[in-house]
Amino acid sequence: MGLEKLLGDNIITTSVNSLASWARKNALWPMPFGTACCAIEMMATLSGRFDMARFGAEVIRFSPRQADLMIVSGRISIKMMPVLLKIYEQMPEPKWVISMGACASSGGVFDTYTLVQGVDQFLPVHCYIPGCPPRPESLLDALMKIQAIIGEEGERDEKEEMEIAAQLEKPASAERETTEPPLPGGS
Amino acid sequence: MNKEREITDKPVEQDPPDHLGADLLRKGLAEDPDYRGEHPEPRFFITDETEDDFGGRMMTLNLGPQHPATHGTLRVILKVRGEKIIAADTEIGFLHTGFEKLAEHMSYQQWVTVTDRMNYMSAMNNNVGYAIACEQLLGVEVPRRAQVIRVILSEFSRLADHIVCNGLAGMDVGAFSLMLWAFERREKVYDLMEAVTGTRLTTSYTRIGGVFRDLPEDFEEMAKSLVEEFRRFLEEMRSMTLGNRIFEDRMRGVGVIRGEDAVNWGITGPILRASGVAYDVRKAMPYSGYERYDFEIPTQEDGDSYARFVQRLAECEQSLDIICQALDDLPDGPILSEDKKISLPEKDEVHQNIESLIHHFKQIMFGHGILPERGREVYSATESPNGELGYYMVSDGEMNSYKTRVRPPSIFHFAVLPQLIEGSMISDAIAVLGTLNVIAGELDR
Amino acid sequence: MRTTLTPEQITERLAKRFAEGVAAHLPPGEGSSQLAIVGRDLLLDVLSFLKSNPELSFDFLMDVTAIDHLHFEDPAIGERFVTVYQLYSTTHNHRFTLKTPVPEDDAQVPSAVELWGSALWAEREAHDMYGIRFEGNPDLRRLLMPEDFPGFPLRKDYPLRGRGERDAFPQYLDSGPVSRQAAGASAEDAPEGPGNGEGDGE
Repeated sequence: MGLEKLLGDNIITTSVNSLASWARKNALWPMPFGTACCAIEMMATLSGRFDMARFGAEVIRFSPRQADLMIVSGRISIKMMPVLLKIYEQMPEPKWVISMGACASSGGVFDTYTLVQGVDQFLPVHCYIPGCPPRPESLLDALMKIQAIIGEEGERDEKEEMEIAAQLEKPASAERETTEPPLPGGS
Repeated sequence: MNKEREITDKPVEQDPPDHLGADLLRKGLAEDPDYRGEHPEPRFFITDETEDDFGGRMMTLNLGPQHPATHGTLRVILKVRGEKIIAADTEIGFLHTGFEKLAEHMSYQQWVTVTDRMNYMSAMNNNVGYAIACEQLLGVEVPRRAQVIRVILSEFSRLADHIVCNGLAGMDVGAFSLMLWAFERREKVYDLMEAVTGTRLTTSYTRIGGVFRDLPEDFEEMAKSLVEEFRRFLEEMRSMTLGNRIFEDRMRGVGVIRGEDAVNWGITGPILRASGVAYDVRKAMPYSGYERYDFEIPTQEDGDSYARFVQRLAECEQSLDIICQALDDLPDGPILSEDKKISLPEKDEVHQNIESLIHHFKQIMFGHGILPERGREVYSATESPNGELGYYMVSDGEMNSYKTRVRPPSIFHFAVLPQLIEGSMISDAIAVLGTLNVIAGELDR
Repeated sequence: MRTTLTPEQITERLAKRFAEGVAAHLPPGEGSSQLAIVGRDLLLDVLSFLKSNPELSFDFLMDVTAIDHLHFEDPAIGERFVTVYQLYSTTHNHRFTLKTPVPEDDAQVPSAVELWGSALWAEREAHDMYGIRFEGNPDLRRLLMPEDFPGFPLRKDYPLRGRGERDAFPQYLDSGPVSRQAAGASAEDAPEGPGNGEGDGE
């Protein structure tokens, strides 16, 4: 933008979106929807040895209204699925979902009458973790992948904003383009 | 927001949430006459008096199914006036997975892996219990080394279960570091389990007729150092909680179960023994060679949450004693039954030897496998960390069992919860739930 | 005074007390323990005898479950369902198993909840899974399945993967509760044989 030259080395300029996503990805507040064995490994990830706090995601929120990352860990039965949806609906945007373990991702070995065969039938899932149950390292890896996704979203938003700004700065001769600015996120 | 999010969100938007879960979550006790199902006269009927003498109102409070203090997918519906619980009801089944139905469609060896997922806090005890039931069904002898290995590992599993239960119970009443300490020690048990079985949590270690593979070379050293560490840790846990004023005030006199009530309600395990009844399957009907070890059944008198906490600590000591004795007389020998119709041959043998190949084929291929006698049935009980874990199996002579029933200890413990917490404070309900150690996986199966 | 009795001795005592009403049954195979089969009209008498007789004094009702004998007919039972009671005595340290045949068209049996509190949820689960009514049980709501679930999953004519409830559960919630008796009795699905791909091994 040319502003950096005036401000010197001590100031970084960025867009609001980039800043927000940078903040978001480094301070995720997980909502642990733990039901079964995977929940035990999730608790292991949160506690001493693996210490999810190293990745800025230690503030476990059992209240969905304060959380932005849902970790669905464990088997989800047809009796539990409405509860899961309810909690997902209560989480404020933007929100991300990790489907931890084989059962949450696909039903796993339990191809039975009562188990939902993958929560992605009902929720948008951003990251799947294989394993039954996955090791804590896998959950940390998934967390980093989610951080990467959030970062990319911020960069993409920033790029789009720059494009829009460039479009707006164009001289009035390009009339037909300014009447219809490109949609944000249009692919 | 960006467009991609909107697109992926669509399936949810198309199904408005109200008909999905709202009525499930809003269901109260007295408001909904259909809630009682076929029986209009409920056990915990609540009179519809809305105000008490001081103008306080009765309200319905949902504890669960997703609540940090329930440690699983349990739901307790409370009718409260202020902090006081007037009536309580429970609902389970949120983790019902159909294990018993699955057992009717899987072969006997395959179902070992499913038993892990029942009580995931102590998977090894489930494995052992199931293997023993199958061995009784088939009439197989287990080599002595395999028996001792099973004893050692299930006692370690019991230790992990007990300390985590105590740690979480501590967390529920405010001693958060207790939980962190317990988890750290449990990681040590997992290290040991991983060295032996290859996995941390869901071990799937037993096979019908023995165990999956032999112990690693340095097992004895690892186990002994872990035993020493556990002795220190139990002392730490004791010094932190017992005699602590806050802890005792929260736990004492809460959720009292009398001995005869416990027996009547089918309560087993540490909870029964904390009420003064010395029933332990390991002593009463020894299995897997428990009669060879010298250990005691500790009991407590009070039957409250505090007694259950102390009881679990005392049982940990006994488990450590059993492990030491078992390590000292760990015999050499085979780890799997020699019966080729039961145990799978070594993989190298299968590749080089036609007989082994045939045995392997016969066991794995559909329609063969392990075939118990038609009409044979067995009820086998083992002592899991939570209490008596029973497997009732009926065979119709096919490769999968005709009926497999698991008698989970937790279901009988959770059934009494409303009686324990009615009339007490909400915070007491949490202290009671913590020491009952209800594991949703085995509760719902 | 602890006198551990074998299942044979226990059935002997039952036969002495109830004569024809109790049939001894020994499952095949080496080391099987004998059990008793009793008609449902005598069930409560037998159970209370087992509990109160000082020689037997079964103070624990460990478990109540049921078996669906649809694909595996047992001549000793003769009916489609059978409820199974597992008993244990802390005084004498012995176990015993009792079975009661339950016909399909009139699937009900008296409840043991007056004798043992543990029967409350154990019977509730058997009711949930098999649709057997335990007369006298004060709390026969569904235990594990949702309240409005149509069908009894552990019956042998109910398929392992269900009848589509798991894929379309909001719709089945929408359709409202289906009559339980109607849902249980109509076995429109072909009985699922053991060979449905699950047991294939590797």
